[in-house]
Amino acid sequence: MAGNQEFDADRAQDFRVVGTRPARPDGMDKVTGKARFGADMNMPGQLIGKILRSPHPHARIKSIDASEALAMPGVKAVVTAEDFNADAKDRDVLTNIMARDKALYEGHAVAAVAATSRIKAQQALKRIKVNYEILPHVTDVDAAMQPDAPILHDDMFTQGLDEKPAKPSNINARHEFGHGDVEKGFAQADIVIERDFKTAATHQGYIEPHACVANVGADGMSELWVCTQGHFHVRSQCASLLGMDVSRLRVTASEIGGGFGGKTTVFIEPVALALSRKAGRPVKLVMTREEVFKASGPTASSSMRVKIGVKKDGTITAGEASLNYQGGAFPGAPADFGAMSAFACYDLENVKAVAFDVVTNRPKGAAYRAPGAPMSVFAVESVVDELAKEIGMDPFDLRLKNAARDGSKSSYGPKFGKIGLVACLEAAKAHPHYAAPLGPNQGRGVASGFWFNFGGETCSNLNVNEDGTITLAVGTPDIGGSRASMCIMVAEELEVPYERVRAIVADTSALGFNDTTEGSRVTFSSGMALIKAARKAKEEMCKRAAMMWDIPAEAVYWAEGAAHPSGPNAGDFEPMTIEEIAGSAAKTGGPIAGHHEYNADGAGVSFGTHIVDTEVDPETGYVKILRYTVVQDAGKAIHPDYVEGQFQGGAVQGIGWALNEEYIYGEDGRLQNATFLDYRLPVASDLPMIDTVIVEVPNPGHPYGVRGVGETGIVPPLAALANSVSAAAGVRLTDLPMSPPKVLKAIGATKLAAE
Amino acid sequence: MSGIHVSTTINGDQIDYVCEPEETMLDVLRDRLGMTGAKEGCSTGDCGACSITVDGRLTCSCLMLGAEAGGHEIGTVEGVAQGNELHPVQQKILDHAALQCGVCTPGIVVAAKALLEKNPDPTETEVRYWLAGNLCRCTGYDKIIRAVMDAAQELRSA
Ligand code: FES
Ligand code: FES
Repeated sequence: MAGNQEFDADRAQDFRVVGTRPARPDGMDKVTGKARFGADMNMPGQLIGKILRSPHPHARIKSIDASEALAMPGVKAVVTAEDFNADAKDRDVLTNIMARDKALYEGHAVAAVAATSRIKAQQALKRIKVNYEILPHVTDVDAAMQPDAPILHDDMFTQGLDEKPAKPSNINARHEFGHGDVEKGFAQADIVIERDFKTAATHQGYIEPHACVANVGADGMSELWVCTQGHFHVRSQCASLLGMDVSRLRVTASEIGGGFGGKTTVFIEPVALALSRKAGRPVKLVMTREEVFKASGPTASSSMRVKIGVKKDGTITAGEASLNYQGGAFPGAPADFGAMSAFACYDLENVKAVAFDVVTNRPKGAAYRAPGAPMSVFAVESVVDELAKEIGMDPFDLRLKNAARDGSKSSYGPKFGKIGLVACLEAAKAHPHYAAPLGPNQGRGVASGFWFNFGGETCSNLNVNEDGTITLAVGTPDIGGSRASMCIMVAEELEVPYERVRAIVADTSALGFNDTTEGSRVTFSSGMALIKAARKAKEEMCKRAAMMWDIPAEAVYWAEGAAHPSGPNAGDFEPMTIEEIAGSAAKTGGPIAGHHEYNADGAGVSFGTHIVDTEVDPETGYVKILRYTVVQDAGKAIHPDYVEGQFQGGAVQGIGWALNEEYIYGEDGRLQNATFLDYRLPVASDLPMIDTVIVEVPNPGHPYGVRGVGETGIVPPLAALANSVSAAAGVRLTDLPMSPPKVLKAIGATKLAAE
Repeated sequence: MSGIHVSTTINGDQIDYVCEPEETMLDVLRDRLGMTGAKEGCSTGDCGACSITVDGRLTCSCLMLGAEAGGHEIGTVEGVAQGNELHPVQQKILDHAALQCGVCTPGIVVAAKALLEKNPDPTETEVRYWLAGNLCRCTGYDKIIRAVMDAAQELRSA
């Protein structure tokens, strides 16, 4: 994970703008209702699109007859799988956005209509006749792995085995990570604990449903307005799915109402484009909440076994995990990430994690904040907690004794560089929360977590305007205040006021390719690109000043937002401000700009540790959260408010995962709770304040030391809650969510056993 | 299908429109009147992103028919600021960075303003229960609650 040595420790001593908390540039529009999100856009003459979805979890599509629908007044186009490019690069996405031979889950798109109104489009859906042959289905991960399970894909032969299996199965791949000899390690242990764990599938739960407006011209020139985390990725996917040149499609990212990984791929966008191409008019397509639940990309459910051995002195001698993740009807459950993250917080001699990526008749999963890690870490951190109790050691001391440190060989292969786990554990242990008294039926849980973080392809532009203000064009949609962070970093670098810098998210025609807003990469990658762009602009401005002073460019330096002669020998000139330099740019060579494009390396990993107190009502099994503290390494917090916001938001999503949220399937293979009433996100009255501590162990790979912070926050809460509830209830809980009936049942079982 | 003519008041302005009987107030605001401040997060009354006031009472506009608005006073997020002058709830949301994506923000603004008009001195628990109908997936609510308490304080001292 070694990137370039970019961090400048001297510089970091006297930041002036970095670390302050100015208002975000898009804030005013958001509090007044003016900000335009995905569904807030309309194009002249637009039609409304609607998608027909399979009511069956698994069925062969024998025929589709849309003639009656097409004959209805106001109906302008119908598309089916035939309207997409059968040679598209990503076959799974092609088959997911519109079912080809089989519907693979309830909600799988089968056909789509564009009509002059939503009501007409809805009526037309009812007139499309689909002839299904119903097939047996499977939605549970363990059931899907059985030899007699209904098979989703005849051509799926498990990858990653020594030999290609003779028969197809629902197991797409086996992954293994680790080193040492776990059997030897377990033999050295005084105590070994092995447990089974389960987690339910959850949804990212962004409040804004997927929405887009597409317009395909008769000449193929096309535009797409869409709420997405990655408009460049949407462009590549759609161009391939429709068989068009990338240059023909201009994609504009709207304001985005949450994503958390769920808006990193395409669902309705290619369908809207295909409808528009066929109808010759713009088409707007917006998912309902029910569609979001049934046909976007929830996260995996899991079934896991974890075994850890420890000596009485607290040395962990071996850790082993076996993880089964189902990620819906196509390959790609984040089982590999789960296996890589499971033991990442520990420096172990013997470690092994095996993971299976399994398909079931559920919607194709998408990324969800640190994909794959919360589940496996829940299992590992639960066993670590139990071991600490067994040997009578403080859970922080046990973790500190075995913690991954600078230079440790990670459980997934590479050596860690500079990392902040120990700093987080120590800060958490010293936090007053950890010493606060607990009452009856109350328990405290702690857990740590980890995420890799990502760099990726990045291209950003900086323009010095004619009045000396700065405009930034960024290619990564702003999902949580990143435009503010970009302006802060550039203001810092150019030594100009924050208010003089404005950042916009540019459309795909304005910049080179940018990877998606994912992997906690934006403040790191786009930020570093802009710092470098600002450095280029500074150099250019020094040159321009030198030209006007008629001295060598090397004799000019930049400070306080102005060019200065480097000393009396260079010449006796008043500093030339950015305004003056920009204002005379026409005479010195034209516009002044900086840009930087690269494939960012050196994203520092981020660790975090959470503490939570809960109270369990022994009568009802209801869990009340009394107090919650997040401690996490941010490397350097550019805008601390939004760093805290990421910590708090991640923690609360984890709380929902631990306590309430779950995809509930019936025997019929249909989702039973596709509304916010029945799929219960945490609400304000469920929660206390979420305390935060920002630890700053600079990332050597970023000029200001930034590490991504977006994802790590969702990794520890599942385990922290399980440890806390287990302590409060007096029984170990291993099955998420810990909903009241499950907690009550577990309490009841121990009472029975005691009687 | 025959359109229904409705005559109502929105943010103090007299407005006339024609809508279909099955259209919700949210559809009317967004699709007929171009007032897209209220968002559709669920259409089942569970997320609060579509919050408006009807004669001062907090309402989910997705649960009300457009045809029902006749003769009532409708308030939307677009009417909360007076010109360029933000309402304290809006200003405090900005000051506390109480938004990330901001899609829940219009609903929170409308709901919090309605709370403070009814109860100028709410406890934290009261704020949390009042806002329990407004889902925010990004912030974990911490900064939102602080912003609303702070706005209440400012309104009281004004
Ligand atoms: S859209 Fe009305 S409550 Fe969700
Ligand atoms: S800020 Fe995104 S839902 Fe509240």
